[in-house]
Amino acid sequence: MLYREAGQFKSSYTADMAVFPILQDRIGLGIVLFIAVVIIPYFGSSFLIQAIMIPFLIFSLASIGLNLLTGYTGLLSLGTGAFMGVGAYACYKLTTYFPGVNIIVWILASGFFSAAVGVVFGLPSLRIKGFYLAVATLAAQFFLSWCFIRQPWFYNYNTSGAIEVPTRALFGIPVTGATSSFTTRYFVVLGIVIVMTWLASNLVHGRIGRMWMAVRDMDLAAELIGIRLLQTKLLAFAISSFYSGVAGALLVFMWYGSAEPSVFDVNLSFFILFMVIIGGLGSLTGSFFGAALIFILPIVLRYIPPKLGIPIQSATVDHIQYMVIGALIVIFLIAEPAGLARLWQIGKQKLRVWPFPY
Amino acid sequence: MRAPDGPDVMAGEVLLSVANVSLSFGGVKAISGVSFDIRKGEIRAIIGPNGAGKTSMLNVINGFYQPQEGVITFKGKARAKMRPHDAADGGIARTFQNVALFRGMTALDNIMAGRTLKMHKNLFWQLLRHGPAMVEEVEHRHRVEEIIDFLKIQEIRRTPVARLPYGLQKRVELGRALAMEPDLLLLDEPMAGMNIEEKEDMSRFILDVNEHYGTTIALIEHDMGVVMDLSDRVVVLDHGIKIADGTPAEVMKNQAVIDAYLGVAH
Repeated sequence: MLYREAGQFKSSYTADMAVFPILQDRIGLGIVLFIAVVIIPYFGSSFLIQAIMIPFLIFSLASIGLNLLTGYTGLLSLGTGAFMGVGAYACYKLTTYFPGVNIIVWILASGFFSAAVGVVFGLPSLRIKGFYLAVATLAAQFFLSWCFIRQPWFYNYNTSGAIEVPTRALFGIPVTGATSSFTTRYFVVLGIVIVMTWLASNLVHGRIGRMWMAVRDMDLAAELIGIRLLQTKLLAFAISSFYSGVAGALLVFMWYGSAEPSVFDVNLSFFILFMVIIGGLGSLTGSFFGAALIFILPIVLRYIPPKLGIPIQSATVDHIQYMVIGALIVIFLIAEPAGLARLWQIGKQKLRVWPFPY
Repeated sequence: MRAPDGPDVMAGEVLLSVANVSLSFGGVKAISGVSFDIRKGEIRAIIGPNGAGKTSMLNVINGFYQPQEGVITFKGKARAKMRPHDAADGGIARTFQNVALFRGMTALDNIMAGRTLKMHKNLFWQLLRHGPAMVEEVEHRHRVEEIIDFLKIQEIRRTPVARLPYGLQKRVELGRALAMEPDLLLLDEPMAGMNIEEKEDMSRFILDVNEHYGTTIALIEHDMGVVMDLSDRVVVLDHGIKIADGTPAEVMKNQAVIDAYLGVAH
């Protein structure tokens, strides 16, 4: 009843082509942003912000990156973890050589390194697609992992082999490192995620988004309407890797504080791919849902038994958590193979016609 | 849309000529030494029994296949090799025998995608989706809405094309090709699998496109009634060889054509 677009007439194509043409959606978005920007930083506990919100936002950003490639352009990639690693290591090297420059500049700049690497490993995509392309990107994953482990230059010849995030301040406020407050880091991550999500949404709703989807749905016909396949696919690889790179840099600089090369192994790639598939291929909202389900749900599950007063050992909880998450993934995929984003769409449609069934 | 008689080729003159084209896949000869031309502003039909090489011919014209022999001249420019997107650049649009729409996108987005080549705002503006990019988007939306009105598909604008019935999918595909404002429109069996009313609608659209926009059309069709009514000139292929070329009336009387369609006693 509340969610209904009846009476909302569009008198211009600009209004008709808005990303959120329905008033209630815009209000909803406003509420979500208000909660994220005001309520959580002021009322959220350090646990909520530090252990849930910051990583959730970072994983959402990585999912958006992979979704641009896999969901919108139809190119399956298993190299996300490595591309995130490129971002993290690039940021680390940049801030080592130029410590005076604003760290946020370097976090964003590291995306360009990741984009360049992504384009190189995206070159085979002209010839191969589907599972074969996934295997080709897996090569990127293993090669880059090898670089991070075996090439000491990447980690500044530390004896530990890990990268340590130095303290970097912005306008006198420490943003990274041990002394930075979690609220500051939350705001930095949130700002970057909001801006980059907005940009991604602009992109997929315009000419470039249509080109990507055309390539995904029918590459022959896409070529026929004048789309150059190689350039379009490489652009998707570049932008997707840019997002992954920034997410990787944020992961280390804003969340972990230090990272070993094993952080960016193939598990991370699969982790992000699951988020994209469960959230919904070809949906930016879905990327957030996917990240929430895969990342936040296990944490919530871990705290349910103690809250209910059930005495279970924490190791058992870990095992149960894996089983529950695994079962949920299977159930979700059977119930709705198109992902949580489609469930969300169906829910909105039901609300729209409520109280009638259709 | 483009006014009739573009500056480059005048109406009635040869827009595209195919000279002595041969195409083979390994040992299979799909087309052998076929020559014909398409004049500006006409509706040209390519007919022939199954496996005659009609679709291969279209694929050669728009660059999917590279012929081993022969020259194709389009708008006075002979070409040796061409990729499909170059053909699109040059003004050749195409629909497919089995609908080749972008199934995950709405009808509107499909037709908007047809205007990709006409849109030039760069990545920077695309990222912002304000200012010039939005102006461009709205401008092209106007053109697309004209096509939607023309094809009478207003009510399915927002429907993902995968959910549309076959006849409407064919219409959306025609709309996507029209959005390219082509000089030459290749239609591969635009009426395959349609009932009589749908065929009549589609025929009307094809004639309207030809008259209203002055688009030159080359079409493959199996329904002889439709071919005879629509086309100005017909070329007949059989086993990759041209067996007849002329007005529908001439072609119908041609003994080789009758033999090809009905078979000859051996």
